[in-house]
Amino acid sequence: MATAVAQPVERENYLNKHYGALSWLFTTDHKRIALLYLGSITFFFFIGGFFALLIRLELLTPIGDLVQADTYNKLFTMHGMVMVFFFLIPSIPAVLGNFLVPLMIGAKDLAFPRVNLLSWYLYVIGGVIMLHCMLTGGVDTGWTFYTPFSTAYTNTKIVEAGIAIFIVGFSSILTGLNFVVTIHRMRAPGMTWSRLPLFIWAHYATSIVQLLGTPVVAITILLVAAERLFHLGIFDPKLGGDPLLFQHLFWFYSHPAVYIMILPSMGVVSEIISCYTRKRIFGYKFVAMSSIGIAVLGFLVWAHHMFVAGVSVYAALVFSLLSYAVGVPSAVKVFNWTATMYKGSLHYDAPMLYAFGFLGLFTIGGLTGLFLACLGIDPHVTDTYFVVAHFHYIMVGGAVMGYLGGMHFWWPKISGRLYPEGWAKLAALIVFIGFNLTFFPQFILGYVGMPRRYYQYPGEFQVLNVLSTAGATVLGVGYLLPMLYFLWSMRYGKPAPDNPWNAAGLEWKTPSPPTTFNFDEEPVVTWEAYNYEELGDFPEQEASGA
Amino acid sequence: MPDQAVSAVHAEGHDPALLHHFADAQQQRDSSSLGMWLFLATEVMFFGGLFCGYLIYRLQFFGDFGAASSSLSIKLGATNTVVLICSSLTVVLAVWAAQHAKRTLLLSSLILTIILGFVFLGIKGIEYKDKFDEHHVPGPSFSFENVKIPGQPADHYAKPNHAELYFSLYFAMTGLHALHMIIGAGIFVWITVRAWKGQFGPDYYTPVEMAGLYWHFVDIIWIYLFPLLYLIDRHP
Amino acid sequence: MSGNSEHSSFEHSSSLTTYVVIWLALLAGTALTVGAAFVDLKHFNTPLALIIATIKATLVALYFMHVKGSSEKMTKVVVISAIFFLLLLLVLSMADFGTRAWS
Repeated sequence: MATAVAQPVERENYLNKHYGALSWLFTTDHKRIALLYLGSITFFFFIGGFFALLIRLELLTPIGDLVQADTYNKLFTMHGMVMVFFFLIPSIPAVLGNFLVPLMIGAKDLAFPRVNLLSWYLYVIGGVIMLHCMLTGGVDTGWTFYTPFSTAYTNTKIVEAGIAIFIVGFSSILTGLNFVVTIHRMRAPGMTWSRLPLFIWAHYATSIVQLLGTPVVAITILLVAAERLFHLGIFDPKLGGDPLLFQHLFWFYSHPAVYIMILPSMGVVSEIISCYTRKRIFGYKFVAMSSIGIAVLGFLVWAHHMFVAGVSVYAALVFSLLSYAVGVPSAVKVFNWTATMYKGSLHYDAPMLYAFGFLGLFTIGGLTGLFLACLGIDPHVTDTYFVVAHFHYIMVGGAVMGYLGGMHFWWPKISGRLYPEGWAKLAALIVFIGFNLTFFPQFILGYVGMPRRYYQYPGEFQVLNVLSTAGATVLGVGYLLPMLYFLWSMRYGKPAPDNPWNAAGLEWKTPSPPTTFNFDEEPVVTWEAYNYEELGDFPEQEASGA
Repeated sequence: MPDQAVSAVHAEGHDPALLHHFADAQQQRDSSSLGMWLFLATEVMFFGGLFCGYLIYRLQFFGDFGAASSSLSIKLGATNTVVLICSSLTVVLAVWAAQHAKRTLLLSSLILTIILGFVFLGIKGIEYKDKFDEHHVPGPSFSFENVKIPGQPADHYAKPNHAELYFSLYFAMTGLHALHMIIGAGIFVWITVRAWKGQFGPDYYTPVEMAGLYWHFVDIIWIYLFPLLYLIDRHP
Repeated sequence: MSGNSEHSSFEHSSSLTTYVVIWLALLAGTALTVGAAFVDLKHFNTPLALIIATIKATLVALYFMHVKGSSEKMTKVVVISAIFFLLLLLVLSMADFGTRAWS
């Protein structure tokens, strides 16, 4: 157990066991693979963020004066594709999930470590292809690839982008497969399903979606490529093909995909809230089941993206009703998290600040989703900035906040160092302010009629757009700070004890950082999850770092 | 709950096929099995997208699809169905042979499976060539003039564009299936090499069984493709 | 460890007779499908072909893929889930395409 020594601990752990690039590139250790992913997805986060910056710069003025219209089409397309497929979908599962799932269930590794490494290589290959695609012209269809524009009319690099996404899709499927088998087969003795951390339940549910949804978008992409390359005109209106068939197949995956992006984050929030309120999550079984509920119900609602596309009004009615239903399990979680905090012993450290941010912002995002599910409102706000704001509240205000909270919460375990708490609190605040300044004006803009995917707009919308761009700059600063101080902490941060937060969970019973095989002896679990009554409060600890 | 022997992993003389992170062979076997079944579930959804498209267009353009379908050879299609069914039998025989330590039966079943797979692909190749010769391959050279719609009066001809849609689906679905067959054949070549090296026996035959699961799945896809693509509206 | 994994009868194994019987059933089903295609059953041709195909697929799954007799309940859960989600895709898409003519 590390104490306040100046020298970092030289005990053997997964980071220092082997040195050299090859030991990383050929590793099968889930913890190293998690870090490989961390590096890769952070890289793509910068790329996606760069496109966002250009979009927001263009939108500072009502006229299209920074880029041409076609270029602007490429900007929002690439921003969407990179952020969705190369950042959000992998993020928590590939980084925190890979690192923590075996630790939390008491296993030495995932069920298929080599498949795990393959998963990362597929991600990298897909990423390289996507980079090449972007550098040689990119795609301008929107991340949604709608036909017949994507199959018959655009001259941009659809097939290449499609191949890149197909390959990272496979990466996603293999990660999901690994998690499901691991959670079923490799739990330590005594780790029953009802003792699993909610983080595990969340990743289990996410994996179901990854497994069953991704193949459908994979075949859809192949069909688009086949139409462009081999004239297999399955979506070609000239042959009788229906553009809506594409949309049905595309959204069958892409709606559940948003649950891939949010469920892991919800798992993180459960872990953080219970630790920083020193209480078991209220209604554990309900929260666990709601993850499964979201995963299943999430497959039933996809055509709410198509209300104005030409689906029959009867289908629209059915999907609208189902879309209201899918809000229920999410609401269950929000209520249970709130109930957990009641009479809890709250600590307002950085992870908890991110969790609070998640609660508020996810709720707003989720409620605005119900606006969109309403058939009377949707035609008015669809394809406007209202939708853009809605999904950014969930994706950024929800998923990314959860990701950042999780990175902070488990940073001592991952790196063996404490992050500087003062800077972390500041960064969380900056992120929260920057986020709301960026995206709240967009609700208003959308509602008063500003369409999405346009590079110019009526002059009366400029003030709100300028606010939004200002917010984006602040948000960028907020994101940069953790990257800087996490890196700083790896060399100069205080060495972390095994359990700096006195948190519940098997991962905290390993050293910080853990050894390659996690546990010296296989743990035998005899306690319930979130046993904070036994654990007590936070350990006495000095203020860390700055 | 997996049966855990606490120090099983480093037990002296343990199974060389046992991977380090598993507690015991049973856990490894169960994990492989669940993993393969989950993969097959993803394949169901992968092909499922094509079946969805096929369902929708066939209901919309039933007559035209019937006309296009009648240009396929039932003989060749049925033969291929029989070939695959036989190959599924050889696959279960291979697994049985591994379980009962029958090396000759194992090797011959595996090789027979591969041969049958290639027979299937050969017949598919013949069918594709026929389609090419008849200008039924979608694209600039596609032509489908004056083909009667089955069951309709004499001058009801199929719309060529809908026929081209049918053939687009035909090539997409059978092409994807054939690709899976090729991959399957490759997997079985690898399994055969390992079997020849004596790596499989009653204690360890998981790869044979897993490869078999994949092969059976590809067979099941064809079991649906055959009636759906070849047998629309064939009655006089 | 090698002693432990010997079962008196393998869980994932049937007798050779069973395999041959199923094989013959599959061949018979194929013949039936082809024959039925030439009989005019009006709307019932397609459902019949699909029913026969489903019976054949079920036989392959149960006996060749050893789903029957497997003590592992996850196998059955995975199979049923896959079918369920496929049907979801097909049925809910038809909720759109099948009802367009109504409006």
